[in-house]
Amino acid sequence: MSPQFLPRSVKDRVRLAPYELARQLAWTRREFLRCTAGIALGSSLLPSSLAARTGVAASKRKVIVITFGGGARDQETFAPEGQENIPHLMHELIPQSAFFTQVVNRGILGHYVATASLATGVYETINNFASLPPEHPTIFEYFRKDLKRPASDVWVVAPSNGFNRIGESSHRSYGPGLGARVILPKHLLTAATSGGTDYDHLLRDNYETPYYTPELGGNGFELQQLGTMLKLSVDDFKAHARTLSSPDELSVYIVRQLMRQLAPSLLWITMHDIDIAHAGTYSLYIEGIRRTDRLCADVWKTIQSEPEYAGKTTLFILPDFGRDSDDDAGGNGFQHHRTGDALSRTTWMMALGAGVREGVVFDRPMESTDLVPTLGSMLGFSAPLAQGKPIQELL
Amino acid sequence: MFPSDLKPEQFNGYPPEARKLVSAYVGVLRGLPLSFLPSLLREAIEYDFKFPAERRALEKELANLDSLSAEQLRDWLQGFAQLHLSAQLEHSDWINAPAQFVEQLSSYLWTTHQLDAFRNAALAYADRLRQAVPPEKPPAPRVGITIIGQGVITNGVPLFRKLRPHGAYFRAVKPENGLQLLLNVVAERAKAHPVPYGHWYIDGGRAAPCDPALTCVSYHELEPVRAVLSGKIRSQIERPGMGPENLRTVLAQLRPVDLGLPTKDGDAVLDRFQVKMLTEGSGTQIFSTTFAQWTAREALRRAQPLTLLVRFAPRQRQKPMNEMLSAGHEVAELDPLGSLIDADMGAYYNWLNLQRLQGAEQSSFLVWFEDHSEAVAIGPSLPRGTESTTAVALDQLLGWAS
Repeated sequence: MSPQFLPRSVKDRVRLAPYELARQLAWTRREFLRCTAGIALGSSLLPSSLAARTGVAASKRKVIVITFGGGARDQETFAPEGQENIPHLMHELIPQSAFFTQVVNRGILGHYVATASLATGVYETINNFASLPPEHPTIFEYFRKDLKRPASDVWVVAPSNGFNRIGESSHRSYGPGLGARVILPKHLLTAATSGGTDYDHLLRDNYETPYYTPELGGNGFELQQLGTMLKLSVDDFKAHARTLSSPDELSVYIVRQLMRQLAPSLLWITMHDIDIAHAGTYSLYIEGIRRTDRLCADVWKTIQSEPEYAGKTTLFILPDFGRDSDDDAGGNGFQHHRTGDALSRTTWMMALGAGVREGVVFDRPMESTDLVPTLGSMLGFSAPLAQGKPIQELL
Repeated sequence: MFPSDLKPEQFNGYPPEARKLVSAYVGVLRGLPLSFLPSLLREAIEYDFKFPAERRALEKELANLDSLSAEQLRDWLQGFAQLHLSAQLEHSDWINAPAQFVEQLSSYLWTTHQLDAFRNAALAYADRLRQAVPPEKPPAPRVGITIIGQGVITNGVPLFRKLRPHGAYFRAVKPENGLQLLLNVVAERAKAHPVPYGHWYIDGGRAAPCDPALTCVSYHELEPVRAVLSGKIRSQIERPGMGPENLRTVLAQLRPVDLGLPTKDGDAVLDRFQVKMLTEGSGTQIFSTTFAQWTAREALRRAQPLTLLVRFAPRQRQKPMNEMLSAGHEVAELDPLGSLIDADMGAYYNWLNLQRLQGAEQSSFLVWFEDHSEAVAIGPSLPRGTESTTAVALDQLLGWAS
């Protein structure tokens, strides 16, 4: 084993136990936020019940989850030198949000498997690059089965064809027929344009593994549904797509159509532009962060402007995980998320909207798997197979 | 198969020098845990194609393991021994395909939540090894030079933000003939300290003429190799059942001759290194800035040079990955400003990687915005976090930093 793979000049930092590093990261995020966004430490505030805060019955509530993908580090986001890349989060969203500084992902740091873990509340171990469903029930199945909701009430919009099976699990008590409808906007655009070259910039897929595009199966979205469900003609879709600059912009365009036409109660959006970092180009990684920041604010504005969502929607934004530290000689800084170091595992989450206290920060440790049981408690369904715990600060 | 069953003849498939090296240590290899040994064999099987510094490090590591008593060996490697491996891993051909085993092991450790335990075991082992076999001190202080921003006329982005706190920022550098001055410095160092693979010039574009004593790698020179590689990737990906992991395995098995090397120079070690930059690097096939940064990182990590000059060049503008990999001979549209930002970060990583080598406290580093007046110099004699408006030539600046 070559010792050059392992940290040297920063060995003292690496020697800290992982939980100590995570705590340091969380503390640093809190200080950044306290100084720049003027938010308070949440643990000093008294709790009150969610129902009392929202005034909205659980059956009427809506939730939108955005994964801020694929992974961004503090120094390009919440650290002082990175805040210029996230002006919308810093100045528009965080002041209105409850911010959790220490969300630890103890699972596999691959985008599909990590997103599947977020959606099941269990650290999934499926092959990150295979077209496989999660092994444990997803939030979409819990939601639909417990609350007897139709398929049209739960949607996933995902950028990569590799996410086509995320809507429902292979679990025998749930699975087929109980999951979310999944829209893969790039798949839709490919079908609509029949391989035309004007849209290539919107069809980038899987930066880590160029060329690889899994064959679609499972719950694919059919082209004719553009018209019947999204009320979009192929020509309108193509014309608008021509004005967009990235796959995530295409996703958010589809999200807006979904919100206007179907107003699903549970909507899950997976961003992915940032993952261009795997190509090793720092400027494109930064561009991806800035675009994702803007798109998150766009979704929030849409929530405020759509009557079906305004006042009764809670928005969650969280990365699936971080990226490798510059200090870990085993990695190559921002490019990948392969070392499993504390920086790549420790990330954040913000919640804003109905029932959420504004401008508070919580820095106790929590896990990515806590999201599903939390949403269960908020929306009134149970997630018996999820491993995480409900986040009491949001209930 | 377990390490305890090892026999010397099982290494017959290894290149000659690697076989000789490993056969001499079969006794100690039998006592190593399976979670550890293939990582060592992955290095050993490449012994014939390693740089001198790597060879010496591997020889010393094996000798050190051989010098330990059975009890000491257990103590050193207990973290590895406690890991649970699958029967599939145990039955794989980890002797002849150790790199493939390590990839599968990595996947298995992630899946079984044992990665942190492996990481801790590896750190503990590396710490002990460093104490027992300290890295070699360089025969002269190391010098790193990075040139960024080729082709950029005007720039509104503040540069060197990550490096300025570590050295002196110069605003009035004389840019005339800068590249040649710096190449001359590198050539002089190569003559003064004639160490094999000790002095490198990596260019993200077309390399300027340089002294033959330098180890020179350029993105432009490798264009035919990149074209062959892209063709092979395309043909592989079209095969049924080919996924990213299979593709990675196929790429890792490519030899220089498969991609049109060896070159006219016939340097098997350098050829192998260049192929690895393209087959193991992510993005190195399509973005010249990534190629330059990754090649510099690997040159520092592996060859541990005394001198490294890296010159970034404009990369192509972003397009869909498949399109970039399929590009023919047409001239790609370039993105000089994006490349400047890439290279600014690349310069920081070059400095960080230089700092990871033995003798870092005596090393010096210079980053220069090509054809412009901005530079940062870092070295033991330069104050940190300072600025200067003194007009100075680049070679003079490098002299101050040393």
